[in-house]
Amino acid sequence: MIEFHLNSRSGLPPYQQLVQQVRHALRLGLLNEGDRLPTVKDVAKQMAVNPNTVLKAYRELEHDGLVAARPGVGTFVTRTLADGTLAAHGPLRKDLQRWLTKARLAGLDDESIEALFMNTFRNAAGEDVA
Amino acid sequence: MIWLTWRQFRTQAAVLFAAVAVLAATLAVSGPRLADLYRTAGSGLVDQVSRADQTLYYTGLLVVLAVPAVIGMFWGAPLIARELETGTHHLAWNQGVTRTRWLATKLGLGAAASMTAAGLTSLAVSWWSSPIDRAVNGGGATDTYFPRLDPVAFAARGVVPMAHAAFAFVLGVALGLVIRRTLPAMATTFALYAAVQIAVPTWVRPHLAAPDRTTVPIEPDGAPISVQDEAGQIIAHLDEVPGAWITSQQTLDAAGQPAPVPSSFPDCLRTESGPPTLQQFEGCIADLGALGYQQQVTYQPAGNFWALQWAETGLHLGLALALTGFCAWWIRRRVT
Amino acid sequence: MSAVLRAQGLGKRYRQRWALQNCDLDVPAGRVVGLVGPNGAGKSTLLNLASGMLTPTAGTIEVCGGRPAASAEQLAKVGFVAQDTPTYAALSVADHLDLGRRLNPNWDDHVARDRIRRLGLDPKQRAGKLSGGQRAQLALTLGIAKRPELLILDEPVAALDPLARREFMQDLMEAVAEHELSVLLSSHLVSDVERTCDHIIVLVDSRVQVAGDIDDLVACHHRLTGPRRAPDTLPAGQHVITASHTDRQTTLLVRTDTAVHDPAWTVSPLGLEDIVLAYMTRPADAVRDTRPALEVLR
Repeated sequence: MIEFHLNSRSGLPPYQQLVQQVRHALRLGLLNEGDRLPTVKDVAKQMAVNPNTVLKAYRELEHDGLVAARPGVGTFVTRTLADGTLAAHGPLRKDLQRWLTKARLAGLDDESIEALFMNTFRNAAGEDVA
Repeated sequence: MIWLTWRQFRTQAAVLFAAVAVLAATLAVSGPRLADLYRTAGSGLVDQVSRADQTLYYTGLLVVLAVPAVIGMFWGAPLIARELETGTHHLAWNQGVTRTRWLATKLGLGAAASMTAAGLTSLAVSWWSSPIDRAVNGGGATDTYFPRLDPVAFAARGVVPMAHAAFAFVLGVALGLVIRRTLPAMATTFALYAAVQIAVPTWVRPHLAAPDRTTVPIEPDGAPISVQDEAGQIIAHLDEVPGAWITSQQTLDAAGQPAPVPSSFPDCLRTESGPPTLQQFEGCIADLGALGYQQQVTYQPAGNFWALQWAETGLHLGLALALTGFCAWWIRRRVT
Repeated sequence: MSAVLRAQGLGKRYRQRWALQNCDLDVPAGRVVGLVGPNGAGKSTLLNLASGMLTPTAGTIEVCGGRPAASAEQLAKVGFVAQDTPTYAALSVADHLDLGRRLNPNWDDHVARDRIRRLGLDPKQRAGKLSGGQRAQLALTLGIAKRPELLILDEPVAALDPLARREFMQDLMEAVAEHELSVLLSSHLVSDVERTCDHIIVLVDSRVQVAGDIDDLVACHHRLTGPRRAPDTLPAGQHVITASHTDRQTTLLVRTDTAVHDPAWTVSPLGLEDIVLAYMTRPADAVRDTRPALEVLR
């Protein structure tokens, strides 16, 4: 079962952080079809967070077709985001690690690496949309 | 609500009722002996009371006089002041009970307990003292013991202590509510209650029942006479009306009109040094009587005892009710 | 949805000083409402008015459809845990539960006993011997087991250490999930409020600066950065909350219900804390000139 956590400095509203954490877990295969999400009450209690926030997050996930609420039983994962691409994660990670080593050898510090990556990522995303 | 009131109140209640019980037990032991003495000696009892019983007589008086004050200070004043002081009124007033009902229960139970405690004390002491009181009313010498109507004894006999206790309790509650601090509220309660206990017999009680009035001649063989203010005032003593409470006196001239004591009287009493002799005193009295002067004495006769008791009870219960109304108004409007 | 709290022109004056004035509020039921503001802003006054501990000097306040503390039925609908969570020092924990059971028509004894057991409190322990956190938990237990429609808490965690604070908030949120309770709590910790509340009221200098659902507030407040310009050149729909200038640059914090299209501005999102701080630091004269109580559209 997934365990949530909140980062007060992330800048994201708490419910979006919950949504993101579920999506993340789905993508990485930590959550699979048929898995049950913790109840709203349990999340509220464990994280000292407003139950409406949890409800809102679950409703958004439901709206995205990722989970389904079965009244009286709980909320279950209906679709995983890992599918075929999960297998490709390993080689891609290796490529990325190799690239990072190259960047360090070229003298880039962490901040420069992050800026370069984010910039390239954003530009590529922009081209895709265009 | 009754449960909570009782739960918070029971320790204080237990202490006072235990003290009352101790006093009542002590009185119960020696009471029958005094009653037997009265049966045999009648009014002559006043000269035969043992030293221990004399002490008990004064102790009883003091206790009955003190009980309402103690109730006002230790039951009344902290009742709400302590809640306000510690903030627990926030807890109490947010349960499913309105503030008015909360107050009514506290006041009702507290006043009932106060009246019971004072009533029992007064009953025990009045019963124990009744042989002495009867002896005094029957003409026994009064230097040692107070007539029941005397302000000192009056508030320690009959039903009046119950009303005093109810009044003192509500007074304490009201002051606690306004002052919001326990200790200052207790001190103020004592001061105000004492002030009322002095003011009522001085200015109010003499008018609570129709007084009797008698005019006594000023003569050496008549009613005992004493003087005050360097013989500027004359005091007559009504030995032939035992148990009476003299509330005022007035010297009358030959025409029967109120008049000051003529200056000839103090002049007559003047001596080179020391007090005048008895002979000189009687001579001056006789001279004053010969001028036609008389002494008018206004007094409450012993028979007015119960009329005065009920009137004073009504007065204090009325005051207690008025204070209750004030508390109800204040707790809804002014407590913040 | 019905309103759990509604105030119109609400004001409270102590002698010469207004502790709260011109307060208009409309809080829907089912929310956990956070009341934030600096010390002395009037938070306690508003909560005491809502619980009926105080009566208003001006205006009206309605809680759960009735005048606060007007009757026993009304009292049963609202729970109030006052600042410093007072309890009777001489009464035991069990006595407090007894008190709650006898004085409240909707009392849930099962919930109360269960909570005390889970908290590990000894029922025979006198409340005066409890720690601050335990006392707060006892007061919260009384508030929850009363089963009110609205639970009001005045700085419930201010005196607690971080662990006790966390436990208190966990239990409160559990109760909200379990009993469909509306909650109105004051706090000066925006991070606590962001976690636990979905509606916020910002109170500064005895006036309501802003009130609304947190998601709506976050969605309609933006930071605009761009070349220096006067704030009054903005379109009508954009209200400036704070403005700061350097010789080249202007930074504005604005509230707007529509998107900002002006390409001169770089628009960045704001967190709740940024928004609350902006309203708190807004110059005082700006508060009085403009109508302050911006009730955010839902």
